[in-house]
Amino acid sequence: MAQLAAVVGVGQTKYKTKRKDVSIAGLVREAAVAALEDADLTWNDIDAVILGKAPDMFEGIVMPELYLTDALGCNGKPMLRVHTAGSVGGSTAIVAASYVQSGVFKRILTVSFEKQSESNAMWALSNPQPFSPHLNAGAGGYFAPIIREYMRRSDAPYDAGIKVAVKDRLHGAKNPLAHLQLPNITMKEVEDSPMLWEPLRFLEACPSSDGACAMIIANEELATKSPRKPAWIRGTAMRSEPTMYAGREQVNPQAGIDCAKDVYAQAGIHNPRKDLDCAEIYVPFSWYEPMWLENLGFADVGKGWELTMSGATSLDEGGDIPWNCSGGVLSSNPIGASGMIRFAEAAQQVRGEAHGHQVEGAKTALGHAYGGGAQFFSMWVVSADKP
Amino acid sequence: MRDVAIVAFAQSNCQRDAGAQNEVELIMPVLQEVYKQAGITNAQDVDFTCSGSCDYQQGAAFAFVAGVDALGAVPPIKESHVEMDAAWALYEAWLKIQMGHAESALLYGFGKSSPGELPIVLSQQLDPYYLAPLWVDTIAFAAMQARTMLDSGAITELDMAEVVARSRNNALSNPYAQLKSDGDAASLLDEPMYMSPLRRHDCCPISDGACAMIICTVEKAKEWGKPYAVIKGIDHRIETHHIGSRDLSRSVSTEIAGKAAGVASGPVDVAELYAPFSHQEIILKQALGLSDDTVINPSGGVLAGNVMMASGLSRIGEVAMRIIRGEAKRGVAHATSGPCLQQNLVTVLEAK
Repeated sequence: MAQLAAVVGVGQTKYKTKRKDVSIAGLVREAAVAALEDADLTWNDIDAVILGKAPDMFEGIVMPELYLTDALGCNGKPMLRVHTAGSVGGSTAIVAASYVQSGVFKRILTVSFEKQSESNAMWALSNPQPFSPHLNAGAGGYFAPIIREYMRRSDAPYDAGIKVAVKDRLHGAKNPLAHLQLPNITMKEVEDSPMLWEPLRFLEACPSSDGACAMIIANEELATKSPRKPAWIRGTAMRSEPTMYAGREQVNPQAGIDCAKDVYAQAGIHNPRKDLDCAEIYVPFSWYEPMWLENLGFADVGKGWELTMSGATSLDEGGDIPWNCSGGVLSSNPIGASGMIRFAEAAQQVRGEAHGHQVEGAKTALGHAYGGGAQFFSMWVVSADKP
Repeated sequence: MRDVAIVAFAQSNCQRDAGAQNEVELIMPVLQEVYKQAGITNAQDVDFTCSGSCDYQQGAAFAFVAGVDALGAVPPIKESHVEMDAAWALYEAWLKIQMGHAESALLYGFGKSSPGELPIVLSQQLDPYYLAPLWVDTIAFAAMQARTMLDSGAITELDMAEVVARSRNNALSNPYAQLKSDGDAASLLDEPMYMSPLRRHDCCPISDGACAMIICTVEKAKEWGKPYAVIKGIDHRIETHHIGSRDLSRSVSTEIAGKAAGVASGPVDVAELYAPFSHQEIILKQALGLSDDTVINPSGGVLAGNVMMASGLSRIGEVAMRIIRGEAKRGVAHATSGPCLQQNLVTVLEAK
């Protein structure tokens, strides 16, 4: 049986286009030290470090965890490096949790980061490969046709994506760490921004950010003694499927459906919209909110956009199931960390530590990440209540 | 911790250049072989799959994604990946089994180093501000390490040559090995220097290939009715990246991992040590406290063939297979990563 484990400390850097004031080591250490302070711990209290990031080519360093060992106080300890494409921040948190849930370690540090300003992600994603079609489009160009298919099938109004872009930036304006600070953004402003990949406009896409996120996960005994409220891990799940195969459902991927079912079953979630108080979901392009609302069972297939348009996912409109109160990936996107930020923000909500973007009385929250061609999924459910 | 069984292991030939074969084509045969050994059909028949590989070997972001194509992941599977040697993928799966989230797991590691210049590629895993701009490559670092040991009198050049001669001789009986010969140590010393004090044969070759393994609970192994070896202990540790802060004649992280894995709690019949350079085998033997009674690298080790990202898992597989075949009762396997043995994983295996 898995041992109980809980998040007892969270640390995040300020997210911005270029963190010129810190090295990569300085960046990860900033998040790690913040997490240690949040948990009232020191480096000696940590048994192992689990590090995640997206492709090494984003910074141009092969296996950077080797070099980051010293900055993360890991000398003489175990260090593991996870890489599962865009879902990596979430997968890393899940692997990190398994260090404690297995009973092998008592308290570990997990960190994920991206310093996009060190290199060029668009280039790193687009270098040609033998035996493969050459996509020069980056992530937005890859997902745009899938979004167009969603719009066709669901007959969604053209401005559902615009609504998400505004909503998440208004949420982000309540979070001082968020990269984009756009408290006065309007639907008109989003609509007037340049079209990048039909139907995605500039302001419907995530920014490129530098940043790091860290969490400390402890076993039951140590979590109970922690100075601040722990976020108990109620379920973790991962699923993968190939990028392409004949008949693959790309709008509503089976891997996402299966992953959600698995994590809900572990956490006792029967009706996600009712049983969860909020969710931090990986939405790098606006239209992925309505699409994931359906994929994750918050809305019937074809009806996700109705939830979005009704304001159900908006903190400002008093929605019953606020999504991405932190501003989400649309407000900050240090790629390798973006999944972990979702998991950590879910934890902060149930710990009551989300400050300006706190959902009042939040008890149970979902953290979600996806990656590759919407083919890798990782999710966890955290709760203020011990199972 | 509960015992975990290794029921299947397969490795490809270590080839200098796999030519036009892509990674999926390297992986598929070893996957088919472990399915056959375990008596299962595909990755759908295990609870968890985890792999190890390195984007920079292939020269592409998300290089491992294509590996999923080799698995038959329809319907979707529970799957993860480490940007490390697949020995650490085994560790991740071992944790999943310990926590009760899986009863069985498929692991694989693969690497195609031939398209690039591996020592130069690996120089980019160094501190990007202070070391990488100097383009110090892996061989130069290993040469410095060997030099400090020679200068201190800890080893002689003949000691290094003896490691190589034994490796090449042992490899004669290993069909997967890339380099094998029956020469003796003294004649190796006649070879010219490559990067002083290393001769070419002191350095592991560059190889393309893959390996795969299936592990499970002991109960599951019995249900499958397959012979198995048992993982009694496993631990991994890392130490400082700054070479100047380390005693290069020791591997402190291997010492800690060896203790935590319980190497000393019984006799060690056989050990497979991931020593990419001859002198490093001597360091590792000391770090693990192995006596002269232990047979070291009966496969020839990585001096006879080194598939980056798979060699560590292969060391574990080599020991497991010897135990399954009844050639040994208790063995130790070691995996490494980083310059001058910065990161190390130690596994203790026993017969059931």
